[in-house]
Amino acid sequence: MSEVQRKGRYGEHGGQYIPEILMNAVLEVEAAYDKYKNDPDFVAELEELQVNYTGRPSILYYAKHMSEDLGGAKIYLKREDLNHTGSHKINNVLGQVLLAKRMGKKRIIAETGAGQHGVAAATAAALLGMECEIFMGKEDTERQALNVYRMELLGAKVHPVTSGTMTLKDAVSETLREWTRRVDDTYYAMGSAVGPHPFPMIVRDFQSIISKEAREQILDAEGKLPSMVLACVGGGSNAIGMFYHFIPDEGVKLVGCEAAGLGIETKEHAATLAKGTPGIFHGMRSYFVQNEYGQIAPVYSISAGLDYPGIGPEHSYLHDTGRATYVPITDEEAVTAFEYLSRTEGIIPAIESAHAVAHAMKVAPTMGRDESIIICISGRGDKDVAAMARYRGYDINE
Amino acid sequence: MNKVQQDSYAIEQAFAKGKAFIGFLTAGDPNLEATARYIKVMADAGADLVEIGIPFSDPVAEGEVIQRASQRALKSGALTDAIFAMVAKVRETVTIPLVFMTYLNPVYVYGAEKFFARCQALNIRGIIVPDMPYEEKGEIEDVAAAAGVTVISLIAPTSEQRIERIASDAKGFVYCVSSLGVTGVRKEITTDIAGLVQTIKKYTDVPVAIGFGIAEPEQAKAMAAVSDGAIVGSAIVKIIEAHGDAADEALGEYVKTMKAAVVSAV
Repeated sequence: MSEVQRKGRYGEHGGQYIPEILMNAVLEVEAAYDKYKNDPDFVAELEELQVNYTGRPSILYYAKHMSEDLGGAKIYLKREDLNHTGSHKINNVLGQVLLAKRMGKKRIIAETGAGQHGVAAATAAALLGMECEIFMGKEDTERQALNVYRMELLGAKVHPVTSGTMTLKDAVSETLREWTRRVDDTYYAMGSAVGPHPFPMIVRDFQSIISKEAREQILDAEGKLPSMVLACVGGGSNAIGMFYHFIPDEGVKLVGCEAAGLGIETKEHAATLAKGTPGIFHGMRSYFVQNEYGQIAPVYSISAGLDYPGIGPEHSYLHDTGRATYVPITDEEAVTAFEYLSRTEGIIPAIESAHAVAHAMKVAPTMGRDESIIICISGRGDKDVAAMARYRGYDINE
Repeated sequence: MNKVQQDSYAIEQAFAKGKAFIGFLTAGDPNLEATARYIKVMADAGADLVEIGIPFSDPVAEGEVIQRASQRALKSGALTDAIFAMVAKVRETVTIPLVFMTYLNPVYVYGAEKFFARCQALNIRGIIVPDMPYEEKGEIEDVAAAAGVTVISLIAPTSEQRIERIASDAKGFVYCVSSLGVTGVRKEITTDIAGLVQTIKKYTDVPVAIGFGIAEPEQAKAMAAVSDGAIVGSAIVKIIEAHGDAADEALGEYVKTMKAAVVSAV
């Protein structure tokens, strides 16, 4: 690797590996983002929406009971679950849909896994007067039926994706295909920090407000930086947002929690950095769960939002350089954490976020009382309640 | 190896006798033995070049027809090494130019040097990678070239100001994408394709062949009339899908008809 970084690269990762049909569209997004990201009117409009629509800044909550119960580091929760639409996804979507509007686009298309990004995209489109079409794996439309109706209620059209494994990866592929069909008036609002440049950068920038706020908030509360910052990782948008402003703070450990499903010793997992190898897919060079012939493997997690065989290129870079570490968390550990946070703090986290809570439960007791941990609660768990009940053997339908 | 000179394998040979008919099929659909026969059938029926698709689990530029073929092929066990072995058998009797069409990941993960060394041994002289645009072709171009394999450039109706750069750098032939969207049969092609080809030809002397959406002889003739050849993929894969292991006759007839249509174009 040369010292001079190529455009859109994070070390060796990233790039723009997409069909020629889409190249001008992607270059157009890049140029528009460069033009508007520091434009005072654009920035002011986004900030106004963040405050008055999303409800930012989000709270940094001291989880007193959990901290006392675990004994050890003080635990803080960055409450992205309190955002309008119930997750961090709105941070990114408001930025991208505003950008799309500035670009003169009429229609937003997006993929979704658990449905959180789809709901956020449909919301932003409703607010800003854009058409919206969401692609969602058929299996996920069944796992998250309420979110499908929620998107429709918001005026979006939801397309169940029946190709491949019918989950998030196939939803991304199908949204890319749709973009090649109709590119002129259409903006692909990528939901995670994945895909071709400039999407990993744009999504990271719009999500970095999480760590910008959290860093100030923890300094106010504790007078010093945390020892550790935790976030769940699928594609990695809440994690990169939670990490970003702490990256220069070398004393702060950054830990991403991957979905280990039934265990990384089985084939039923989505732990890309634990089990993946370098590859090139969905527009980016990164790590992927795949076989020795470069065929992408089916992945599994109880969490539809983490059920992705790849990871954003910046995470792969943070992994390679050792600046961040990534740990696998099983379904069982995540469900236990889901229940634990509900009982101890009265906060029902998204099953995705529960993967990060689970790791805190392991490490907090080993740390000192003078240390602190911030966990990004990327979303609220209402959408998961029925599935968690079923996991525990209750016969409950949504 | 037979008596035919090595040169018959060169991509330029596909365009040496006039307008070219280029056919695509997915290796391993429905199985590799059938693919080996079908390549020969296409060559015998007049195909000037055959694109052999190495299936990928997640082909983002393909429509449903080729997606399904890729799934069938992977299920049948068409892994990259098995495909090379199949092509080696094909090369005992088929001397027309052959190229691979696949996504970047199967090449990258296999190891580009190893991959193109195998291509060289099989006289595969070209590769088409639909998810590798001009900006990223450095990923494999030098390694491929060292093994005598040309990376074919794609140009789309949306390429606009990129055409000059891509075309002036193009080698082998230019794969001109007829219309927006993914691969698949289209009733009509509404792009000003003649204009697009003319623009490309301002910047390059290499042949320009048109693909995406061509299924009927009239379409093939019309496309060949404004370019140097027509590329047909999904329509061929549909015949294989319909006839499975017994597509030989239908495939041969179809390629003959399409080749005649291409040749009749002026």
